[in-house]
Amino acid sequence: MSLREKVAVSGIGETEYMRGTDRTALSLQMEASLSAIADAGLSPRDIDGIIPYGLGAVAEDFITNFGIADLRFSATTPMGGASAVASIQAAMAAINSGLCNHVLLSLGRTGYSGGRIGTRVAQMPQFRIQADYEMPLGAIAPAQLYAAMARRHMEVYGTTSRHLAEIAVTTRRHALMNRNATMTRPLTVEDHQTSRMISDPFRLYDCSLESDGAAAVVISRSDMARDLARRPIYIMAAGEGHPDSPSTITQRPDLTRLGIAKCAPRVFAQAGITHADIDVAEIYDCFTYIVLCQLEDLGFCKKGEGGPFVMDGNIGLSGKLPINTHGGLLSQAHMAGMNHIVELTRQLRGEAGAAQIRGAEIGLVTGFGDMGDGAMAIMRRG
Amino acid sequence: MMTETYTKPLPEINSENKPYWDGLSESRLMLQRCAECGKIRHYPRPVCDACWSMKVEWVQASGLATIHSWTICHHPFLPAFKADLPYALATVDLEEEVRLNAQLRGIDPTTLRIGMPVRIGFEHVTDAISLPVIVSPT
Repeated sequence: MSLREKVAVSGIGETEYMRGTDRTALSLQMEASLSAIADAGLSPRDIDGIIPYGLGAVAEDFITNFGIADLRFSATTPMGGASAVASIQAAMAAINSGLCNHVLLSLGRTGYSGGRIGTRVAQMPQFRIQADYEMPLGAIAPAQLYAAMARRHMEVYGTTSRHLAEIAVTTRRHALMNRNATMTRPLTVEDHQTSRMISDPFRLYDCSLESDGAAAVVISRSDMARDLARRPIYIMAAGEGHPDSPSTITQRPDLTRLGIAKCAPRVFAQAGITHADIDVAEIYDCFTYIVLCQLEDLGFCKKGEGGPFVMDGNIGLSGKLPINTHGGLLSQAHMAGMNHIVELTRQLRGEAGAAQIRGAEIGLVTGFGDMGDGAMAIMRRG
Repeated sequence: MMTETYTKPLPEINSENKPYWDGLSESRLMLQRCAECGKIRHYPRPVCDACWSMKVEWVQASGLATIHSWTICHHPFLPAFKADLPYALATVDLEEEVRLNAQLRGIDPTTLRIGMPVRIGFEHVTDAISLPVIVSPT
């Protein structure tokens, strides 16, 4: 059975993104969720499926706060930063099997005001091997773990920090067009190249933000979405892919190949389109290098050619593949990719403001998480 | 080093990974080998991914390795590591065809290249725990 275009994004919502708040993650998450449900033209009681991000509110919180009488489906997709996009596939499967009609994807966090990254990852079950065998050595945070992938890529393929700077600078330029971006000052290549080293080769501006806020998306059965408040944005295809040695990067046969390399061919095939059909792409950007590596693994260029690919304005708003039009995790806010789904929906609705890609009809969103898990969805304007 | 002053993360030792940690304390790098098909695996885990046997034996690694990749850490994600900054973490290919991650000792990180020969050393950080380090082969 083909799942193509059987479900659609019917609503999106986000809070103000901040660096500093006294609100709880739960309250932020409820606000964004109510906003997404209202955007769809639904009542909170219409929600009959919930996929919350793995950390934060649980399904029970939504039942309690929304007065949902009979929640029929709940699940989580514990893949770190790939979770939000991976939950699109899970929602698609649940809706198409007849379990439910309107699935809420919801994320809220106080990543800036609450626990910071150095203490947070050790508590996640998927980091158990890391916690036992590598954290004692001082390999604590994603910046340190992913840096070895980037260094290998640089040594084998000649990728440079200047290539990574292009991603940081382009993304910041897009953030400056977005009123809900937490970074508000321009960033130059020189700023990037002189910023302090975090974990070589990652400098400060290669790393994403830690942010407070929430974002949510409603996925509905397509025939129902057509009767709701907004133009449906169809899910042409979605999928997830897990890298070899998913629990530890150290043991991965090819350090430069992420999980998304496995699902990209099948998702493009399911959508029935080619790379040239993608008008806009929101690529998970926890680190600049992760963008570059995904562009290769997705097939936009050959392995090793991601550096040259991102240069010459190719990933800017008028480039051949405009990416991260909202400013991404690098310069808008770190909402673990839920903000990427929100932005792609806006682009395909034609409501992305100053960063709107004219005539955008088909777009791609990706997630990346934990030690290399990947997820992606291809969406089309209805 | 005194255990009570040690504030860095420590592993949880259980009956299945104890030979690895005991080995390090005795300055030996011990690896799991499948007792059915002979495939060496790391990090320690219950099942051989080649033949699904749960029978395991432990063998001592030669300690010889080559550089696969690395990073130099400049930011203290945990306060306990602040005094060590900057420190280099290297991923190395062991002769036994599995990898190990460890801090560099006595090697200038700017000289690192893929394929560079190194050797595994040992540091005793608490009464119960020793950690591997990467040292010069000579």
